[in-house]
Amino acid sequence: MTQWSFYVVSIFTLFGALGTIMSKNAIHSVIYLILTFFSLSAHYVLLNAQFLAAVNIVVYAGAIMVLFLFVVMFLNIRDEASELNNNKVMIAASIVGGTIGLILVAAIRLTDIPRVNPYTYQVKTGFIETLGKLLYSKYLLPFELVSVLFLIAMTGAVMLGKREKGERNF
Amino acid sequence: MDSVFIIKSLIILGIFAISLTIAAYETYFERVIAAFIQDRVGPDRAGPFGLLQPLADAGKLFFKEDFIPGMADKWLFILGPSLAMLTALMTSAVIPFGDSILYDGQEILVQGIEVNIGILWVFGVVSLGVYGILIGGWASNNKYSLYGAIRAASQNISYELAMGLSIIAVLMMASSLSLRTIVESQHGMNWNIFYQPLGFIIFLTCSFAECNRTPFDLPESENELVAGYHTEYGSMKLGLYLFSEYVNMFISSAVIATLFLGGFNYPGMDWVYATMTENFGAVVGHNLSTLAGTLVFFAKIFAFIFLFMWVRWTLPRFRYDQLMDLGWKGLIPLAIVNLIITAAAELSGHALLVNWIGLGVFIALVYAWSAIFGTKKTSL
Repeated sequence: MTQWSFYVVSIFTLFGALGTIMSKNAIHSVIYLILTFFSLSAHYVLLNAQFLAAVNIVVYAGAIMVLFLFVVMFLNIRDEASELNNNKVMIAASIVGGTIGLILVAAIRLTDIPRVNPYTYQVKTGFIETLGKLLYSKYLLPFELVSVLFLIAMTGAVMLGKREKGERNF
Repeated sequence: MDSVFIIKSLIILGIFAISLTIAAYETYFERVIAAFIQDRVGPDRAGPFGLLQPLADAGKLFFKEDFIPGMADKWLFILGPSLAMLTALMTSAVIPFGDSILYDGQEILVQGIEVNIGILWVFGVVSLGVYGILIGGWASNNKYSLYGAIRAASQNISYELAMGLSIIAVLMMASSLSLRTIVESQHGMNWNIFYQPLGFIIFLTCSFAECNRTPFDLPESENELVAGYHTEYGSMKLGLYLFSEYVNMFISSAVIATLFLGGFNYPGMDWVYATMTENFGAVVGHNLSTLAGTLVFFAKIFAFIFLFMWVRWTLPRFRYDQLMDLGWKGLIPLAIVNLIITAAAELSGHALLVNWIGLGVFIALVYAWSAIFGTKKTSL
C-alpha cells in the first residue's frame, strides 16, 4: 500500500517537475511547480514527517508560489522569450544543465546513507514535539542564528521597499 | 475493524454532506437575513417560506450556457473554480465535530482525521485557497478579472500573517497543534475567548478577509471592477465560485468556534454526561452526550454564520489602502502585542488574570501615548 502510494506520488512529482521546465507559458510553469511542491509534501507524509509536509505547503506552495504567480502575471514574458529560438543558447544551456545533473547524481551515489533499522526506528521522529525539543535544546544556536538571518532579510526588504524622500507613489 | 471502518466512513461522508447542505442553505438564509435587515420580504416563491430557493438557483445555474471566452486559457479557466471548491472543502477534515462514539467497545472520534498538525493543515489549505481566484482571474484574459485576482492574492497574504500570529497565541495556551487537544484544553468553561479577547477579534477580522466577505470583498467590488475575478464566469462555474465562499464561511465559523469558543464543550456538560450514563447505560449515554456536544457545536457555528451575514448587510466596503493599512499597521502589531501578553501570562501561572491586566496596561499605554503625542490621526 505504502509502496504503491510512493509510486503514484513520485509520478506526480516527476510530471510536475518536467512540466515546470517544458511548458512554454510561464504561468503554466508556476502551476506545475505548485503541483511539484504539493507532491513533495505527500512524500514527507509518507515518511511520517507531517510537520515538514504542512510547513512545506504553508511556506512554499502557499506563500512563495503565490508571490511567484503574482509577479509572473504582471510581466508579459511571452515577448521576452526570444532566447528559446537561439540554438547556441539552447546547446550551451543543455551542456551546463547536463553537467550539473551528472555531478549531482555522482554525489548522491557516493553519499553514505545510513540504513534505517526497523526495530529501533522511532515512529515519532518526524513529529512536531520531537522536532521542537531538538530545535530548542541541541540546535538552539543555529536556530537562533537563522531567526536573526530572517530578521535581517525582513529589514532589508522593508528598507528596499521604502519610499525615498520626494519620490512619488504612483 | 470492519464496523469501525464503516462508521468512520459514514462520519466523513456525513461531514462532507453537512458542509454542502449548510452552504446551500446559507445562500437562502443570507437572503432572508438581508431582507430582514433591509425591511423586505425576501425569497418566498419556491416552496414554503421559499425553502426550495437554493435548489431552484442550482437548477438555473446548471442549465445556463457553459461559456468559455475565446481568448481565455481553457484549462486554467476550468481549473480556477474547481480549485476554489476543492480547497474550501479540504479544511473540514481536521475539525473535531464532536467527542467520540462508543461502538463495539471501541472509541471512534467524530472527526475526519486526528493529526498532530491539525491547525497547520487548516492554515496550509487556507493559504492555498487563493489559487482558485488567482488562476481563474488570470485565465479569463480580462483586465478587471486580473485586478480582482491580484487584489485577492495580496489581501489574503496580508491577512494570513495576522491570522497566524493570533493562532500562535492560542497554541501557546493549549501547547499543541492538534485541534482536538485545543478543544479538550478548553473543557470546563476555560474557553479561549475569555483568555484571548484581542486574539479573538483579530482572528475574526482576518477570517472575514480570508473569506472575501464584506467589508473585505474588494476582489469582487462591482462598482470598480465590474465583478472582479468572476466577471467572465457564468453557469455552474460561477456557481462554484459563489458556493465556495459559503463553504468557506461555514468552515471558518467552525474553526473560530473550535479555537476560541470551546468547540463541542458547553456549560454543565459533565452533569449531562453523568445523568445520561446513569439513565441510559455507559455506552448509549456516552453516545447521547456526544450528540449533545455536536449539536452545541453546530449552534456555535450557526451563530458565527449569522454574524458573518449581519456584518455583510451592515458595514460598507473598505477602500483598498484602508484595507492594507488595517492589515499591516493595525492587526499585525496588535497580534504581536497579544502574543507577548499571552507568553507573559502563561509563564506567570495566572493566565486569565495576567492576560486581562496586560490588555488593560496596553490600552492604558495607547491612550497615554495618544494623549501626550497624539496630534496626528491614526490611519485606523
